[in-house]
Amino acid sequence: MYPITKAEKLADKIFLMDVVAPRIAKHCEPGQFIIAKTDEVGERIPLTICDYDREAGTITIVFQIVGASTERMSHLQVGDAFQDFVGPLGCPSEFVKEDMEELKKKKYLFVAGGVGTAPVYPQVKWLKEHGIEADVIMGAKTHDMLILEEKMRSVAGNLYVATDDGSYGFKGMVTGLIEELVKEKGNKYDVCVAIGPMIMMKFVCLLTKQLEIPTIVSLNPIMVDGTGMCGACRVTVGGEVKFACVDGPEFDGHLVNFDEAMKRQQMYKTEEGRAMLKLAEGDSHHGGCGHCGGDN
Amino acid sequence: MDVLKKVPVREQEPKARATNFEEVCYGYNQEEAMEESMRCINCKNAKCIGGCPVSINIPGFIAKVKEGSFEEAYHIISESSALPAVCGRVCPQESQCEGRCIRGIKGEPVSIGKLERFVADWARENGIKPQPAKEKKNHKVAVIGSGPAGLTCAGDLAKMGYDVTIFEALHEAGGVLIYGIPEFRLPKQGVVEPEIENVKALGVKIETDVVIGKATTIDELMDEEGFEAVFIGSGAGLPKFMGIPGENANGVFSANEYLTRNNLMKAFRDDHDTPIFRGKKVAVVGGGNVAMDAARTALRLGAEVHIVYRRSEEELPARVEEVHHAKEEGIIFDLLTNPVEILADENGWVKGMRCIRMELGEPDASGRRRPVEIPGSEFELELDTVIMSLGTSPNPLISSTTEGLEVNRWKCIVADENNGKTTKEGVYAGGDAVTGAATVILAMGAGKAAAKGIDEYLSGK
Repeated sequence: MYPITKAEKLADKIFLMDVVAPRIAKHCEPGQFIIAKTDEVGERIPLTICDYDREAGTITIVFQIVGASTERMSHLQVGDAFQDFVGPLGCPSEFVKEDMEELKKKKYLFVAGGVGTAPVYPQVKWLKEHGIEADVIMGAKTHDMLILEEKMRSVAGNLYVATDDGSYGFKGMVTGLIEELVKEKGNKYDVCVAIGPMIMMKFVCLLTKQLEIPTIVSLNPIMVDGTGMCGACRVTVGGEVKFACVDGPEFDGHLVNFDEAMKRQQMYKTEEGRAMLKLAEGDSHHGGCGHCGGDN
Repeated sequence: MDVLKKVPVREQEPKARATNFEEVCYGYNQEEAMEESMRCINCKNAKCIGGCPVSINIPGFIAKVKEGSFEEAYHIISESSALPAVCGRVCPQESQCEGRCIRGIKGEPVSIGKLERFVADWARENGIKPQPAKEKKNHKVAVIGSGPAGLTCAGDLAKMGYDVTIFEALHEAGGVLIYGIPEFRLPKQGVVEPEIENVKALGVKIETDVVIGKATTIDELMDEEGFEAVFIGSGAGLPKFMGIPGENANGVFSANEYLTRNNLMKAFRDDHDTPIFRGKKVAVVGGGNVAMDAARTALRLGAEVHIVYRRSEEELPARVEEVHHAKEEGIIFDLLTNPVEILADENGWVKGMRCIRMELGEPDASGRRRPVEIPGSEFELELDTVIMSLGTSPNPLISSTTEGLEVNRWKCIVADENNGKTTKEGVYAGGDAVTGAATVILAMGAGKAAAKGIDEYLSGK
């Protein structure tokens, strides 16, 4: 069992928890993820690592309620425990292994959308700890949905916020803000890291390709085991099939086939896919349709 | 009684079992087992033992069954096998012990597998446990993976008195016995879990949720956690796909994913959260045991199921019994057929599969006749689900994080088949991680050989 030492609501349907998992805390690096299973009957849910404390042996996770399993997860309190907590899975971000001198010459721009802010934070923090200040754009639908702003501000170089409704910061999409920074302010970036909803990552990549900024994205496709065994997470990158769990989750965003990846996510997420799923799964259907309250 | 024939085994009726996940084969009862045991002529030079990868004293245990001394029979089996209730169910006996039985020359061989299963089941029902070591050795051994290879290696080492810890990546112990082989062939609660409990009763500790290569490494286990030897039994790895167009369409699954959802995550049960896609018309591509398992699972979830296999029935790699059961249950075999493309609708969902007919040409490197496409014979199968069961390629998680561990050009770990020794001192390996996908019993044989290798290594230290 993996005890919860902190449980907090960050925004509507978005939760943060600290979980005791010493083996993971000792080894995890920015870019990696974990799989959590609440109880005997729960699903294995891949979640990004938002932070880690090697000494305390804890991992911080952030998740959004999308169905029954994450809904049940959201009710866990301090003193409760996850039945299973596995990781760190996937490969660390590339910069972790990069030559420090080379890395220090690079200007990073992070683009975080929604819950995607959580996996961006440890990357920016790692860079800061190694003497590199990165610029960060955080995007949210509205001010109330913006998470981890203070934490991010404490590690970022320049922090920019975009809200769809203009209730805070720049009014519009993160892509609008990137354009403003690069085209109008003349900022130069060597690398962009974009993590958020698939559609956001797709449009960021379309833009950064034009702007000729190499871009890394972190994918969160459907997974079961997270160790390469099931192949559910396969994505096409540069015409090759890759498994996000062992080859990723981070890939060259300019090579990712987003349309296919989004279709594969639709299997459990679009209205049509959900309806189809409910029909197709019959008695085994427990969620993903968006109607019955089940999870993805 | 006809001595040339096996005592028939009772099975669940095909029509009924095609709609449930209960075990297909009921096994022998006491009378049937004793009757069948009489057919064993207790050969002096028993060929069957040589056919068993873990060398069970087969005539020895059958002699005890004849006497009705089932507990003694169990202890004889336990000397060689940690998982008799599993092996009695899933071993390919026809090509191993039973394949060498003298009785088989002029009739049917002794039903060794069913007798083993009877003895193991009897022992479980009567609370008989294998006996732990009387003397402990002060050496710690780590075993990676709790599948057949790992459990066997751990069990054997524990019986010798070693302090053994198994590290399992998934949340439940058992490896392929839990995630791969379905309930109707190998009941989890009834058979697999008690066998794992037996291994634990020998003193083996099992730590689940630990992915070696990620949560810790072999070097750390040895340098920081005090393990003096390590056995790698991490299993087969990543599922293969064909590389044909449309393979990433929604509704195309690897057999691993399909079976894991159903078996490990228990998606077939209402009270578990994990969903599984219940197709109406399913094609399973491949002809091995895993393909049969996936096909029979899809059938039980309510689909019309086709096995699509590029060679003929004779070349099907699956066990004869599995093919027989699959046919009885109504699986349709589209043999000498190979997929060319998976067709998807405008939303990316599978709607069919274009296939081509094949014929057998000259033998290939495997000795089997090579399937050759018949030009112009393409046709379409209308489907909503495709399950790819084409085998696996090795998982790089361990080999890429362990310095000095050599892999071959197929990326399988290089290990001596006599003792499991790898190129790294103190590290042993066996099972699918070494051989590529094979059978439960071959993995157990490798686990056993490695236990002996580790014992020799640590005894000399």
